[in-house]
Amino acid sequence: MKNWPLFEIFIRSKSGLNHKHVGSLHAADAQMAIENARDVYTRRQEGISIWVVESKYISASDPVDSDPFFEPALDKIYRHPTFYDLPDEVKHM
Amino acid sequence: MLRIDLEGHFQEKIDREERIEAKDWMPEAYRKTLIRQISQHAHSEIVGMLPEGNWISRAPSLKRKAILLAKIQDEAGHGLYLYSACETLGIDRDELLNELHTGKAKYSSIFNYPALTWADMGAIGWLVDGAAIMNQIPLCRTSYGPYSRAMIRICKEESFHQRQGYEIMLTLSRGSTVQKNMAQDALNRWWWPSIMMFGPNDSDSTHSAQSIKWKIKRFSNDELRQRFIDMTVPQAELIGLKIPDPDLKWNEERKSYDFGKINWDEFWNVVKGNGPCNKQRLRDRVKAHEDGAWVRDAAVAYAEKKRSGRVN
Repeated sequence: MKNWPLFEIFIRSKSGLNHKHVGSLHAADAQMAIENARDVYTRRQEGISIWVVESKYISASDPVDSDPFFEPALDKIYRHPTFYDLPDEVKHM
Repeated sequence: MLRIDLEGHFQEKIDREERIEAKDWMPEAYRKTLIRQISQHAHSEIVGMLPEGNWISRAPSLKRKAILLAKIQDEAGHGLYLYSACETLGIDRDELLNELHTGKAKYSSIFNYPALTWADMGAIGWLVDGAAIMNQIPLCRTSYGPYSRAMIRICKEESFHQRQGYEIMLTLSRGSTVQKNMAQDALNRWWWPSIMMFGPNDSDSTHSAQSIKWKIKRFSNDELRQRFIDMTVPQAELIGLKIPDPDLKWNEERKSYDFGKINWDEFWNVVKGNGPCNKQRLRDRVKAHEDGAWVRDAAVAYAEKKRSGRVN
């Protein structure tokens, strides 16, 4: 199957939800990838919409650098609502 | 020094129940073990379609035929989920198929037994898929992310396979004497190979200890086998079939069934290629692959033609 590129498959399970990565498959082209994804990943009504993209077009962050890469978010707890002490009288905010 | 550190971090991550993902660092042996296990698993799904495919055209009713077709289609899908998971480890599909077709890679030995009667479709679903589920449920928590996600999907679909098999056995056992005998005969032939599916005894299992440390496996072969037997014996009793093991006996102290000695010579003999159907299964698989070559080529040619704008 050297000539059949690998596609990553994303499925929207119902309207209102995001497309979510479910796996991958080989296909000759995008149309075939969509049809095969239907047969492989939605045999039990798991989806109402399918996205496919050739795996080679996906760029990803490097897991080796993930600690320093995501570190800037670590010490900014003031971004969370629980950081702020308010009087109990303020019931919902 | 660095290597030791990497391995240490890797093991800590596993001990914390964090999943390993495709691009994460992993020991070469972990990668190799997974490729061997996942590909073996994928091959089993695909070869497992053959004994059942034999009965599609002879299913006793349209309903049973539609069900059997759906089950076999699921197995093709399961094979695909697993091949995809395996490919994330850096091996490609061609190589995997080549290993199967040349006999270098193994598949579950159970599929080297013939499916002789319609009752075998019942016994395979009930026992073979039942044993597979017992193996697969703990694999949903296996340490390698892509494998674990494939297993979750598979387990969701697999339970229909076992239930439809048991229902076939139930229906036959309520039928005529001939039908009931047919069900008993299928149980007689599939029982021992099914409990061999869990693999060699723990004391003889070469890969087990390391796989458990890496949390690829969560339970030992013998634990899972015992669990399967304890679950299945009452199911056989319920439909009036007899497990073909004279030594099978409830052990009140262990709260488990004691069972007879497994014929491991037979097991190893089938693994080594001398089962009743090894040659036929491999031949059929290779033939299907070769006969499909023109379809794969045509699909590529058509895709190229479309890209170059010569067709819509």
